[in-house]
Amino acid sequence: MSDVKIEGFELKPGFKGMAEDTGSDQTMFKGVQWGKVMMWIFLLSDTFVFSCFLISYMKGRASTVVDWPNTSEVFSLHVGSVPVPLLLIAIMTFVLITSSGTMALAVKYGYEKNRKMCGWLILATAIGGLTFVGMQVFEWSKLIHEGVRPWENPFGAKQFGSYFFMITGFHGFHVSIGVIFLFIYAYKTFAGHFDKEKRGWFTTMKGGYVEIEILGLYWHFVDLVWVFIFAFFYLW
Amino acid sequence: MEETKKKEETSTHKIGIYLWIWGLLFVLSFFSYMVDWYAFQGLLRWSLILIFMFLKAGLIMAFFMHLFWERYALVNVLLWPMTAIACFIVLMVAEGQYTVFTRLLYFFTGG
Repeated sequence: MSDVKIEGFELKPGFKGMAEDTGSDQTMFKGVQWGKVMMWIFLLSDTFVFSCFLISYMKGRASTVVDWPNTSEVFSLHVGSVPVPLLLIAIMTFVLITSSGTMALAVKYGYEKNRKMCGWLILATAIGGLTFVGMQVFEWSKLIHEGVRPWENPFGAKQFGSYFFMITGFHGFHVSIGVIFLFIYAYKTFAGHFDKEKRGWFTTMKGGYVEIEILGLYWHFVDLVWVFIFAFFYLW
Repeated sequence: MEETKKKEETSTHKIGIYLWIWGLLFVLSFFSYMVDWYAFQGLLRWSLILIFMFLKAGLIMAFFMHLFWERYALVNVLLWPMTAIACFIVLMVAEGQYTVFTRLLYFFTGG
């Protein structure tokens, strides 16, 4: 992750280092494993996809002449007979942050070659993600039951439904894919694939615990996107 | 032996930093939920939402995604494209205002 050392070659820090890395021979991203760079580039393109969705939502919401539904009321849950605003969304946020934390620790224990701890933490992350998707299914079915459709809803501006289903659906899809891979990687960790340096998919190169960090990057990105969705779609 | 031990120390970080960031994310999420709970309105609401959002995003990217420890070559390649998104937002804010203006004009006053 840090303090890259290349024999007989001095790497400079800061912007001077950036200029020299960029202008140098061979690799531009010194000491960063190729898979990690590829994941970062993918996440960058995914950032643009989610940005386009959220910007489209902003534009749609700003240009409608009908009042936007009050999300605080639409997404409230009744505890007893008292409506608590955004209760489910708040719980979902905390679940996702918890799973992000366990993932960060899994990466750390992976690099320390602590196989069991790493595996259990990945499994915990997967279960957190599964819980999140489950709550999202509950939220979707509740809203569909209340009559929210991509073309209409009983609360206000008609565009609300289409933006809601598209943005949270695309995010939920990312979480689901992440959960599948987390389970696969939990198995791979427990089976000792990274200790044995078993090669990964579509490559002849040796595998290793850096793959956990790559998976972690994806998972933290899913959490990162939720931070923006939570702020712009639910709270705004 | 001495050397391998030293190498391990530089390649992973202490558990404390992760737990701190984790805790901070919880606190910030709690605060942003409180913005809705106390039903703050107007400029106060929007600025609080944005502050907590950017703090959370920054903490996740810097520490959980390790960008704080990466070399500038990677960090800059990832962060500069965000200016394109900022430009897009500015353009679409202007476009949205124009659309709502024309809608109000033609829907309600008949042009």
